[in-house]
Amino acid sequence: MGLHEQLEELKKKSLHEISRTDGLKGLDAIRVNVLGKKGPLTEILRGMRDIPKTERPKVGELSNRVRDNITAAIEEKRAELEKAVIAKKLENEKIDVTLPGKPVLQGQPHVIQQIIDNIEDLFLGMGYQVVQGPEVETDKYNFEMLNLPKDHPARDMQDTFYITDEILMRSQTSPVQARTMEKHDFSKGPLKMISPGVVYRRDTDDATHSHQFHQVEGLVIDKHITMGDLKGTLETLAKELFGDRFEVRLRPSYFPFTEPSVEADVTCFNCMGKGCSVCKQTGWIEVLGAGMVHPNVLRMAGVDPEVYGGYAFGLGPDRFAMLRYGVDDIRNFYQNDVRFLSQFSKKG
Amino acid sequence: MKVSYNWLKEYFDLDVDPKVLAEKIERTAVEVDEVTRAADGLKKIIVGYTLDVQPHPDSDHLNICQVDVGEDEPIQIVCGAPNVAKGQYVIVAMHGARIKDNVKIKRSKMRGQQSNGMICALQEIGFEEKVVPKDYVNGIYVFPEDSHVKPGEPVYEYLGMDDNVIDTSVTPNRGDLFSMDGNAYEIGAIYNKKPVIHHRKLETIDETTDIKDLLDIKIDAPDDVQAYQMGIVKNVKIMPSPFWLQVRLMTAGIRPINNVVDVTNYVMLKYGQPLHAFDYDKLNTKEIRVGYSAQGTKFVTLDGEKRELRSQDLMIKDGDKNIAMAGVMGGLATEITDETKTIVIESAIFDSIKIRKTARHHVLHSEASMRFERGINPATVTDALNEALQLTAQFGEGKAVKNHLSPVDPNPQSVEVTLDLTRINHVLGTALNVDEVTNVLHRLQFNVQVSDEVFKVTVPARRWDIHIPADILEEIARIYGYDNLPSTLPTGPTTIGRLTTSQQAIRGIRELLQGSGLNQAMSYGLTTVQKAKMFMMQESEETKLDFPMSQDHAVLRMNLISGLLDDVAYNVARKVANVALYEQGRVFYRTAGVDRPSEVEHLAGAITGSMISKSWYGKEVPVDFYQLKGIVSLLLHDMNFEKSVSYVANQDRPEMHPGRTADIYLGDQVIGFIGQVHPQLEKEFKIPETYVFELNLQAILDAPKKIQHYEPISKYPAITRDVALVIDKEVSNTEIEATLREKSNHHLEQIQLFDVYSGKHIPENKKSVAYTLTYRDKHNTLTEDEVNKEFEQAIAALKAAFEIEIR
Repeated sequence: MGLHEQLEELKKKSLHEISRTDGLKGLDAIRVNVLGKKGPLTEILRGMRDIPKTERPKVGELSNRVRDNITAAIEEKRAELEKAVIAKKLENEKIDVTLPGKPVLQGQPHVIQQIIDNIEDLFLGMGYQVVQGPEVETDKYNFEMLNLPKDHPARDMQDTFYITDEILMRSQTSPVQARTMEKHDFSKGPLKMISPGVVYRRDTDDATHSHQFHQVEGLVIDKHITMGDLKGTLETLAKELFGDRFEVRLRPSYFPFTEPSVEADVTCFNCMGKGCSVCKQTGWIEVLGAGMVHPNVLRMAGVDPEVYGGYAFGLGPDRFAMLRYGVDDIRNFYQNDVRFLSQFSKKG
Repeated sequence: MKVSYNWLKEYFDLDVDPKVLAEKIERTAVEVDEVTRAADGLKKIIVGYTLDVQPHPDSDHLNICQVDVGEDEPIQIVCGAPNVAKGQYVIVAMHGARIKDNVKIKRSKMRGQQSNGMICALQEIGFEEKVVPKDYVNGIYVFPEDSHVKPGEPVYEYLGMDDNVIDTSVTPNRGDLFSMDGNAYEIGAIYNKKPVIHHRKLETIDETTDIKDLLDIKIDAPDDVQAYQMGIVKNVKIMPSPFWLQVRLMTAGIRPINNVVDVTNYVMLKYGQPLHAFDYDKLNTKEIRVGYSAQGTKFVTLDGEKRELRSQDLMIKDGDKNIAMAGVMGGLATEITDETKTIVIESAIFDSIKIRKTARHHVLHSEASMRFERGINPATVTDALNEALQLTAQFGEGKAVKNHLSPVDPNPQSVEVTLDLTRINHVLGTALNVDEVTNVLHRLQFNVQVSDEVFKVTVPARRWDIHIPADILEEIARIYGYDNLPSTLPTGPTTIGRLTTSQQAIRGIRELLQGSGLNQAMSYGLTTVQKAKMFMMQESEETKLDFPMSQDHAVLRMNLISGLLDDVAYNVARKVANVALYEQGRVFYRTAGVDRPSEVEHLAGAITGSMISKSWYGKEVPVDFYQLKGIVSLLLHDMNFEKSVSYVANQDRPEMHPGRTADIYLGDQVIGFIGQVHPQLEKEFKIPETYVFELNLQAILDAPKKIQHYEPISKYPAITRDVALVIDKEVSNTEIEATLREKSNHHLEQIQLFDVYSGKHIPENKKSVAYTLTYRDKHNTLTEDEVNKEFEQAIAALKAAFEIEIR
């Protein structure tokens, strides 16, 4: 058999072996066996010196081709086998994607905080500042500066915890109004503020009463503020907090620090205005008190009521939360049962 | 006030659904609690006449009555009321009737006797017991003769049950709406109708007797009496008042008593003027004095209560003897009884503050005090007295004596308020014209003079709540209608709305703690004395309420943790084992001798149970010190302080576990602490192992922060060296790290503790710790030699400082 035939024979045999191999190890063995230094190809090429010089290039070319063919076949087979190996591996790596994920613990802001933040964000967007004031107040700021002199009958409307005759737990966030107005430099522009915070009243805690709750006070003082502005602001607030379908109506009321004074009702959450037991068949629920700041209040804070005027409003986030989420017991807010706190997701 | 629709109709033609009227009142004047019609829900309740009443043969208290119910034949009803008798007009619930609470009445047999209905007490058809005349409280109601009832007719109209009662909630400024006259003016303004105000004149007078010969009055407290008048009616027969008057009172929620008392109550309802009637013959001195008595004097009021007077309680006296608490309640001793013949009626205005204080102190909120507190119309003090004297004379068949005593004449003053159209539209945001404003003021029956768009408004004395232009603005706004106001937003110079740096930081801190798994809690600021002063971070006096409502909420908190522990206990008691809470709020520190505490923002957290729960891939991991420390460290790291934060063990916090507590330092200032609650205290709170922290949030917010700038990221590689060593247990991680750092230069970028072990194979009192030290030169590639040298120096320093064994 000549070299030519030997080469062809080797090629045929090798390709056959390669095609039959089912493992990478076997394939490597073939590669070493056939193409290695001690392999048959080298052996055949060694016989080159026995053939005529003129034949040599031809045989050389053939042998190179055989080598290339075999190498290519090996690589092709290798790719095929590797693919199978990966497929096998992936098969083994399969998981149950329906098992629960590893929990990431996430706490929630208190539901009242969420409502306060909500209100703050709305008013920040309308150019208001957020002002905090002391929870332990003086009689002067909590009452007198708000046109509630000692022995005013309206003091009965808010039964107060006193520490001394002059020092008390604030019964409303309104004193922050007086404090801020006193300090504000009106030559630098209007005063627009809200003041959220804790207030205290002499009440026995039950499902609808709490000796501690929250209020958000709002105040705008400028040269051209109208009661229409108050109405528009309250409507904006109601729609922000409750939704676009909610309407606001104003009713006359009485607060010593505003004149005219109004109470604002919004469409009943429960029946959307049709009338139900929650709204006592009226279709409306009272949510806040407001009014045009009383000239005495302005005067006492050193603001000229002939030049400046404005509105104030006060609302209770606790009550809002009760209405919005149907919470039937105000004590829930202060007992901090984790099962209660974690119900109010912030983003949904 | 319970406002009767039927009564209102006497003031003008009122052709409007009572519910619509109530809605109008609510939108224009004062809140309406409810509108009720007593007959609603009742059925087949008619007048009956007892033709015959015989004792039941088989009962010692039942009677068998033959009752004329307007049908051809009387019906038989078995009745158990003690006061049933022959010849009475009574209330009969027929077979098929519905009485109070929708109870159905059916024909039945009572101890063998047929009973075809029920003879009713007023309570059984829905009257409140407190308005039922005393004689009929414990039995059936019997119509008086002057009721002119007819058997077979429904009872509703007779008893005023077909009336609609609008129950208003009168605000402190609208005392005028505590009278029917006031309500008539108000509703007249709403509907643009002029009410007919009819005040009865005193006509039945005995011209032979002058009051001056019978009585004298001395005012000892002139500052507290704005009006004081008395009149006398002689030869009065005490009897029930006319049926129509009784019905009117019951409708208004007042019990009929007798003709005299009923007249005073009726006049009070009509005018809003409380009156008081005394029995003249029980006055010993015939000299009435208005003044004060000594502190502690005892006095028995009409309700039979013995009260201890304060020296500030304004009293009406007979000489020196107290006979009434002015404006609040009369005394039992001079009460009108069946034997009373001569009546003294008082019509007065007392100082509203004085009355309010007395009523509050004695918890005696009467119809009278309620009105005096809100003010009285000075224009009708005399009218009310005259009408009361006239009706008393009329109903009691007596005669009033000549003249009044009036030591303090009422002084009705109308108020003049001036405001201009521009101002009105400026404040309300409206575009009203002169006519529209004038119209509103006329509807209110105010006198107006207009010139050049300036309104000069004369407000009658009956609206004593109105003094200033703002008050008139309110009148215009509410009558014009709030629905008609435009809806706008403030215009004018732009203001910037933004949170302060501190407010922003607080929001960020809340977010961080929530992201770390803690729920925000809100606890009470008022707590017990004991809890208020736990976990104190600085010396402070406690701040106590003057009159706490309960000892649970008597003192202002000086820490947040105790509140959180209450919350933990609440959860644990309800089988919620895993609790992770934080709270941000104020604590109150007080310096001795200063009444008002300072308020400091604090931040606290508490965790118990587990924050990593049992799952399919792992076990539950109970919370520990390091879990909480991780959160607190992250929080403090995020604050970017200029100074460094360190944790120093502190065994001395009494409420904390002595071996598991650290003070948290910012530089050399303690800003808080962290650790496990003392097991003894855990027991007291009934909570399991709980870890807590409390931080002075104010100090954190105020502390200087680093200026942030970009740090280039080094291109040069880091080289690490690990060291494991055995060292005394007592040596803290902070000490080891500090020593490692001590002899190192800036190439030592990081020390990472990756193992702590004690137990098997480690001698007692020793622990094995292992660190990875990371070296890097920011500007060059470090060589192995350089690193080796530095590392060896660090280890040498450790060896020099402590007894260690390198492993």
